[in-house]
Amino acid sequence: MSADTDSVPDVTGLDHTTVTGWGRTAPTAARLIRPRTYEEAAAAVRDCGARGGIPRGLGRAYGDAAQNAGGSVLDMTGLDRVHAIDADGGTVLCDAGVSLHRLMEVLLPLGWFVPVTPGTRYVTVGGAIGADIHGKNHHVSGSFSRHVLAFELLTADGEIRTVIPGTPLFDATAGGMGLTGVILTVTIRLQPVETSLMSVDTERAANLDDLMARLAATDHRYRYSVAWIDLLARGASTGRAVLTRGDHAPLDALPARMRRDPLSFRTSRLPAAPCLLPEGLLTRTTVGLFNELWYHKAPRARAGQLQRISAFFHPLDGVPHWNRVYGRGGFVQYQFVVGYGQEDALRRIVRRISERRCPSFLAVLKRFGESDPGWLSFPVPGWTLALDIPAGLPGLGAFLDELDEEVATAGGRVYLAKDARLRPELLAAMYPRLDEFRELRAELDPHGVFTSDLSRRLGL
Amino acid sequence: MKDAFGLPQSLLVLGGTSEIALATARRLIARRTRTVWLAGRPSPALEEAAGQLRGLGADVHTVAFDALDPTSHDAVLGKVFAEGDIDMVLLAFGLLGDQARDERNPEAAVRVAQTNYTGAVSAGLVCARALQSQGHGSLVVMSSVAGERARRANFIYGSSKAGLDAFAQGLGDALHGTGVHVMVVRPGFVRTRMTADLPEAPLATTPEAVATAVELGLRRRSETVWVPGALRVVMAALRHLPRGVFRRLPI
Repeated sequence: MSADTDSVPDVTGLDHTTVTGWGRTAPTAARLIRPRTYEEAAAAVRDCGARGGIPRGLGRAYGDAAQNAGGSVLDMTGLDRVHAIDADGGTVLCDAGVSLHRLMEVLLPLGWFVPVTPGTRYVTVGGAIGADIHGKNHHVSGSFSRHVLAFELLTADGEIRTVIPGTPLFDATAGGMGLTGVILTVTIRLQPVETSLMSVDTERAANLDDLMARLAATDHRYRYSVAWIDLLARGASTGRAVLTRGDHAPLDALPARMRRDPLSFRTSRLPAAPCLLPEGLLTRTTVGLFNELWYHKAPRARAGQLQRISAFFHPLDGVPHWNRVYGRGGFVQYQFVVGYGQEDALRRIVRRISERRCPSFLAVLKRFGESDPGWLSFPVPGWTLALDIPAGLPGLGAFLDELDEEVATAGGRVYLAKDARLRPELLAAMYPRLDEFRELRAELDPHGVFTSDLSRRLGL
Repeated sequence: MKDAFGLPQSLLVLGGTSEIALATARRLIARRTRTVWLAGRPSPALEEAAGQLRGLGADVHTVAFDALDPTSHDAVLGKVFAEGDIDMVLLAFGLLGDQARDERNPEAAVRVAQTNYTGAVSAGLVCARALQSQGHGSLVVMSSVAGERARRANFIYGSSKAGLDAFAQGLGDALHGTGVHVMVVRPGFVRTRMTADLPEAPLATTPEAVATAVELGLRRRSETVWVPGALRVVMAALRHLPRGVFRRLPI
């Protein structure tokens, strides 16, 4: 369970806990239940009360997707068994509460890797389906649900259904933010690897056009690809970036001493960020300095550098509770996608963010490939930009509303797993299959057993 | 639900004709607020206020609410909460009274005290309980700098606001950690109908400025908001003045 929950004795005598997402905004109180068996999970769903319940994993969704004010929150991290690994065929059957970190620990020594990982290993498999997560390999491998062979779903009627791809329930659940039911177990197809190291190419792009040209021309050569953008750079260097792209290193790329143990999974963790950090640590000046250093620290061009999986995919996991650096006001992450052909919209948005001088040190651009069938799944073929911004920045809400308009006009959308502030009116334009989702929910869960702050806020 | 910036989608105003409350409602409607409940004594002014807010695109309902009838609060406010979540309650009713007249007429003075304090205790507790069972929401209480230290010129009003302020602070502590946020707003002299006949005090402000400060306070999840902010320092100094000196101040 994320530490972003805070248990407080309650004057009503109920055991309520305040819960937030990873961005630490908009806390609400809920009854936290941690089932240890499928029966306990079923009982929790049955008894979750008038304000319903919502499953929660490791609390890495930035917004309010895994909160349920006044109701129940089912902490699924107690269901964390890896049931079976087919080391020949490359599949794993595990509980929904298993984290990608745990899967990497058990699978890498066997020569298998998770098919898709976001920027943190600390997400659960259930959460990965609920948000239909994507990673640096989306242009090649699609989102997480593409690699799911089946899952078991505990629905509002108390039934456990086996759900397979190609069915409406699968497509409603993949990206459905936990609102169709509680995922209990999942079967995932894995990615074979020869080593636990990454072979990484790094290059710098001088500005946004340079960056987009490089990505468009050469992305198909890399399984994994991502660009960090300096959104505080202005003028001719607006959108300057560092591209890091690569693939799993083959055995023969390793020096002799590393070939003895090519599949070891090593991670390192620094001390956690302290609880009490001053407000306003991340200002335009400090973030500007960081970005300047980060850009110039990166090599102009370097090929074939060997990096650990944790360094390549999950650098921030090395600092537990890094979200605390934004202080008690928290932060919002803004991630949107606009389709290919809408490059001008992307340029306009990047220019506006740069001109506004949003202090964002985490801004990432990548290209999405083919989308998957999840009705509320986020990725569509196009350009996606994600950035973190302190929530206390004056006028931020209105500014992001304006960006939403640009995104929606360009036929794009924002990512619900990261949202904490979208204007509900725009949702249907961004997610054209929203009505089908609502219809299925109305039929499957007529009493609204599965409810979250996100679903209340956006009317999902 | 509130968004990441603390902005509510639904708003219940207690004291639905208050100029400060309506300025705040207008500002919040320009952001995220879509549903507004205006609670107050039925009057053309209440309906007119509702009409104005409807013109801004909000779905506005009026509710007959009388601060002086605490026995009715549970039923009246309960009905509002039964219609759906209320993300923010703005407790904005209050009487200024007429100090000179009220000193001579204890009944009138009691009416000020009952409206500003007793009525607020009752309505505040009813709303707090409802917000708590929702697990979220903000209760924004319109206090006043007059409650910070009683002045010769308006101690009847001031003492009622002092009671309200202390009540709201305590309620905020009681609700800490329940997902409910209580915010005490202490405006100085606000130019409204209520103060139209009074000589303007230093650091006078407007209902719009109070609305801006409320929005900022929601974003910061503040517990106390002074309008204008400079009053925090001024009042910190005034609070510690010896009585003999304070009494002689031309305020």
